[in-house]
Amino acid sequence: MDRRQFLKNSTAAVAAAGTMAAPWRRARAQTGPIKVGLLAPLTGVVASGGKEMVEGVQFYLDSVNYQIAGRKVELVIEDDASNPDTALQKARRLVEQGNCHMLIGDLLANTGLAVANYVKGNGTPYFIPIIAADDLTQRQRIKNVIRVAGYSASAFTHPFGDWALKQGYKKIATISQDYTFGHEQCGGLSQVFTEGGGEIIQQFWHPLNTADFSPYLGQLADLKVDAIFAMETGADATRLIQQYASFGLKGKIPLLGAMNTTDQSVIRTLGEECEGIIAAAHFAEGSDNPVTQKFTKDYEAKYGKIPSLYGFSMYSGMMWVAEALEKMGGKVEDRDAFIDTVLKTELTGSPLGKTVKLDAYGNPIYDVQIRKVVKRADGKYWNVPIASYPDVSQFWKYDPETYMKQPPYSRTFQGIKKA
Amino acid sequence: MTEAGSQPMKIAGMSGRAIAVVLIVLALAAALPLILSNYQTGLATEMLIFGMLAMSIDILAGFAGRTSLGHGAIFGVSGYVVIYASAQAGLPPALAFGLGMAAATAVAIVFALLAVRTSGVYFLLLTLALGMIVWGICLRWTEVTGGENGMRGDVRPVSLVAHRAFYWAVLAVTALVSYAMWRFVRSPFGLTLLGIRDSESRMKSLGYNVPLHLFVGFAVSGFFAGIAGALYAMYNNFVSPSTVALAQSVEGVLMMIAGGVGTLFGGFVGAAAIITLENVVSAYTERWQTVLGLTFILLMICAPEGIIGMLRTILARSEGGKARYKGN
Repeated sequence: MDRRQFLKNSTAAVAAAGTMAAPWRRARAQTGPIKVGLLAPLTGVVASGGKEMVEGVQFYLDSVNYQIAGRKVELVIEDDASNPDTALQKARRLVEQGNCHMLIGDLLANTGLAVANYVKGNGTPYFIPIIAADDLTQRQRIKNVIRVAGYSASAFTHPFGDWALKQGYKKIATISQDYTFGHEQCGGLSQVFTEGGGEIIQQFWHPLNTADFSPYLGQLADLKVDAIFAMETGADATRLIQQYASFGLKGKIPLLGAMNTTDQSVIRTLGEECEGIIAAAHFAEGSDNPVTQKFTKDYEAKYGKIPSLYGFSMYSGMMWVAEALEKMGGKVEDRDAFIDTVLKTELTGSPLGKTVKLDAYGNPIYDVQIRKVVKRADGKYWNVPIASYPDVSQFWKYDPETYMKQPPYSRTFQGIKKA
Repeated sequence: MTEAGSQPMKIAGMSGRAIAVVLIVLALAAALPLILSNYQTGLATEMLIFGMLAMSIDILAGFAGRTSLGHGAIFGVSGYVVIYASAQAGLPPALAFGLGMAAATAVAIVFALLAVRTSGVYFLLLTLALGMIVWGICLRWTEVTGGENGMRGDVRPVSLVAHRAFYWAVLAVTALVSYAMWRFVRSPFGLTLLGIRDSESRMKSLGYNVPLHLFVGFAVSGFFAGIAGALYAMYNNFVSPSTVALAQSVEGVLMMIAGGVGTLFGGFVGAAAIITLENVVSAYTERWQTVLGLTFILLMICAPEGIIGMLRTILARSEGGKARYKGN
């Protein structure tokens, strides 16, 4: 046998062995662990939120002993460094190197959008309990990017605008961080508020990480408005709330906030200056619903702090995926069936104490709570519901098709109806 | 630094041995995707792209003695234009690529006009400030750039969608660009840049128009950074303000320094070292940036001339100075 002939034969033999081995390998893959790739900003500007995201996922997986549908769950955590380029690189690693069956996480919209664009090309299911960019479940929907247990930015400020009208507010000014998340939340409020006869007197957009709010607060104080709406995250929220109080505005002009402005991640470091701020959200840690109470208590017992939006959302998101997998016998390899099942699954175990389902665009429908920051018996502050809007769609009361014909909210388009 | 920079000047063209080395390196690089996984091929692609960026910075830093902190912005502008032209304006990828390079060169020309009359720390600060302006525009001009969220779009031509195909395409471009840069720094014009680095006043008194030469050097360097930026946009299908941010410029400069200032091809070594570190270390600890920082400090203490520079020194020492370093 010459060398060439030998090569031919041996290649054929190896190939045959490979084919025979293949069914066995596939059978084994079915029973191997379910690999979950978690992307969270563990470094960078939003690192503290990122750590709570990891806690939320681990809190859930601990509660089921890292077992879903009889299969073991392997959690691979990667740091997206609050940077879209890094997020992309890490997503590639989780999918291509780590063979993760799904991705979940990311906090900042730009990181989420970068990863969403990547998974659009390869079909990996990607779950975004935190990324709130409206268009991911509206104008630029991607089938395998699903907002399990998340929310779209303007979904809660629509009813909030309505609530503000009912309080008899006629004039509102907004102050917000100058990026899409802020534009969208202010837009939701502004559109509903002005269409109902209210007036947006002025809108202030400031860069992220503003140390001194006095130039804005000085102007806000002179506007003679009935209320001020503040859309702030992280350290900006802390500073705005503190400076609002030290400017003497607290108690004079009611302060309304986006849900992130009075999130536990912000107010747990604050004192009485945060008391009385009102915000709209699906989750209120101070709710008297027994399921929510139990979740908050258990989380507090384990991590020593009241759960924030990040912990809550990731916990619920992971649970949603798990409930879907239980329904389909854990066959995570069958991507199409997996995505369809997740879309159809109604989350029964949600800490909200109510079944949550997705609308036709992959965005959850919630009861929106209007919540107020109050002091708990032990002196800590938390959000307690004072009013509720049942079954709120991300399109509010608009027809989805018509709504999506208007441009997405931006600094220049706030949906403000001219009087 | 002076010695390291002037050594390659003694070889006129590419000697037979140098050509052999280049061919072997190219063959090895081309064979890489056959043994690497898709993800690793992606990383290798990224190394080539950032290697090019580091080299373009080295043209100014190593050969003209001007370290730019604005090259990340030039690199990123090219990316923005490529994505905008193909995803928003619907132009074919090749045209978008060309527009990206043109835009980067244009930005480099503006930077150069303002910066060529400065040197040292003033040059550093001026390029830094200009880079920040570009970053600010990308962040705030939401209607066009998508603001903080950036822009997305599938910009790769269909034939280059696969990891391997794209890697080979990038490798081919890299080879061409590297050769062009190598010829550029060795050309009589490149020698004048070296002369300016070593003594600006002498070059002036010899009758050279120093600002003009620096201007051309800067524009050419920006053109090469633009090619890298266009490729990076195609690699990621995404661009955001973080691509034009100061951190991007600094990363390019770090890669160049890690490889060795004035070694040109050190850019690839530095890019490979830093990208590998980033990806290997981050798998083990979330404090990967700390490890990266410490590694860099160690490198600067033990081998201030960079990895290639250090290898050169060791080679020269072990062969008693007989053997000349032949380039990559």
